[in-house]
Amino acid sequence: MFTETPPRAAESFDLDRPWQLHPQVSVRPERFGALLYHFGTRRLSFLKSPALLTVVKTLGDAPSAREACRRAGLTPAELPAYATALQTLASSQMIRPREAR
Amino acid sequence: MTALPLVEQFQYGLDAPICLTWELTYACNLACVHCLSSSGRRDPRELTTAECRAVIDELERMQVFYVNIGGGEPTVRPDFWDLVDYATAHRVGVKFSTNGIKITPERAGSLAASDYVDVQISLDGATAEVNDKIRGPGSYATALRAMQNLARAGFEGFKISVVVTRQNAGQLDDFLAIAERFGAQLRLTRLRPSGRGADVWDELHPTASQQRQLYDWLTARGEQVLTGDSFFHLAAYGDPLPGLNLCGAGRVVCLIDPVGDVYACPFAIHENFLAGNVRGPGGFASVWRDSELFAGLRRPQTGGACQSCSAYDSCRGGCMAAKFFTGLPLDGPDPECVKGHGERALAAVGGAPVPRPFGNHSHRSRPVPVTIGRRPAGPGPVRHRPDRACDENPLAGFRP
Repeated sequence: MFTETPPRAAESFDLDRPWQLHPQVSVRPERFGALLYHFGTRRLSFLKSPALLTVVKTLGDAPSAREACRRAGLTPAELPAYATALQTLASSQMIRPREAR
Repeated sequence: MTALPLVEQFQYGLDAPICLTWELTYACNLACVHCLSSSGRRDPRELTTAECRAVIDELERMQVFYVNIGGGEPTVRPDFWDLVDYATAHRVGVKFSTNGIKITPERAGSLAASDYVDVQISLDGATAEVNDKIRGPGSYATALRAMQNLARAGFEGFKISVVVTRQNAGQLDDFLAIAERFGAQLRLTRLRPSGRGADVWDELHPTASQQRQLYDWLTARGEQVLTGDSFFHLAAYGDPLPGLNLCGAGRVVCLIDPVGDVYACPFAIHENFLAGNVRGPGGFASVWRDSELFAGLRRPQTGGACQSCSAYDSCRGGCMAAKFFTGLPLDGPDPECVKGHGERALAAVGGAPVPRPFGNHSHRSRPVPVTIGRRPAGPGPVRHRPDRACDENPLAGFRP
């Protein structure tokens, strides 16, 4: 049940579209980042850095994931690693695309 | 992005459990021979409905994502369904373990409609013959009826939970076939010498060759079969099974028993592992955060006699409860150590007295047989065999 879905190398994360946390996901901040639990899939995931937690919490209000990363203070050099992490979260339905407002 | 691997983070404990086991009652309609909470009779001190709700409120504040509810047979509590509703309304998910006695077609329908409730039906034999020797006459039929009701109601992916024993270790494919028949997921867990299980462990625990076959079978099936992360001692064979491969007791999991006592894990109902009671000042949160016992479990552990073993990094010495109730030192090998160190250690302690499980709620009128076999002949009420409590390790399936 507590499986982290491995990133799929074939898919790349669309940093330029709006995303949001899935409404059935609970976020619990921890020293190492956060625990995420999806009530629909009954799966647990881990955010392995506080900065990633900031990104995830910011996603719903940012026009794009790239902007959420910028607001979290990430440098361009850090973006690829975070895009991979976000893709992992997307493939386990922890986050999902949001229609632009 | 991580300073320490998650396993290391978890080893030092979290501010709140990831999830926990909550046994709601010691009452049970069955009397399974291996019941890890020695259940049967209700305890008059069991938490009231209001006290249970207060615990749920606390779990919500602590953001415990879900609870594994067991017993006893939790569904025999008259307020059981109300408490499930109360928990899910407060965003505390529920997975409950049951022998299926109350899973009627109507109930199955309402369970199928909830996203926040998962059901786990206990079954300890793929045939009535094997199952009912452990769980009591009629218990196989009851479990299968519950499964059929859930499947017909459209509840997909409910769990079928099997404690692997010497008697059913050869039925793994049959269990999988039953799960497939009902659209359920199979879950295999380890027999512990806890509760009444202490009395039957010698006869029921899988043999060394069965353990090896189980490991190979599980490895071949990957995440298709859940294990509650309970076989991490088998990681010493080579590749780890899916899961955390770490004892989470007092670090990321614990047990709340029917009278509110908080233990390090569901398999360790003994005063040595009692951290406090939810009725105390500060409630559950205070027990979790301030208990000296839990603080000790969260400190780095030494491998003791296992430190020099090449497999120690894989199995980490195995299960604390299994060692404790077989009289082995906690920093030594697991009694089922795959390297054979456990057997030698057990031989060394010989017939010395072992710690007895704490508390016994077994039915007085139905003595629990200590040997598996035909039930005593003669007139009188049907002699049921034990049910077991929820044995969920919340780190089930976690892959670091």
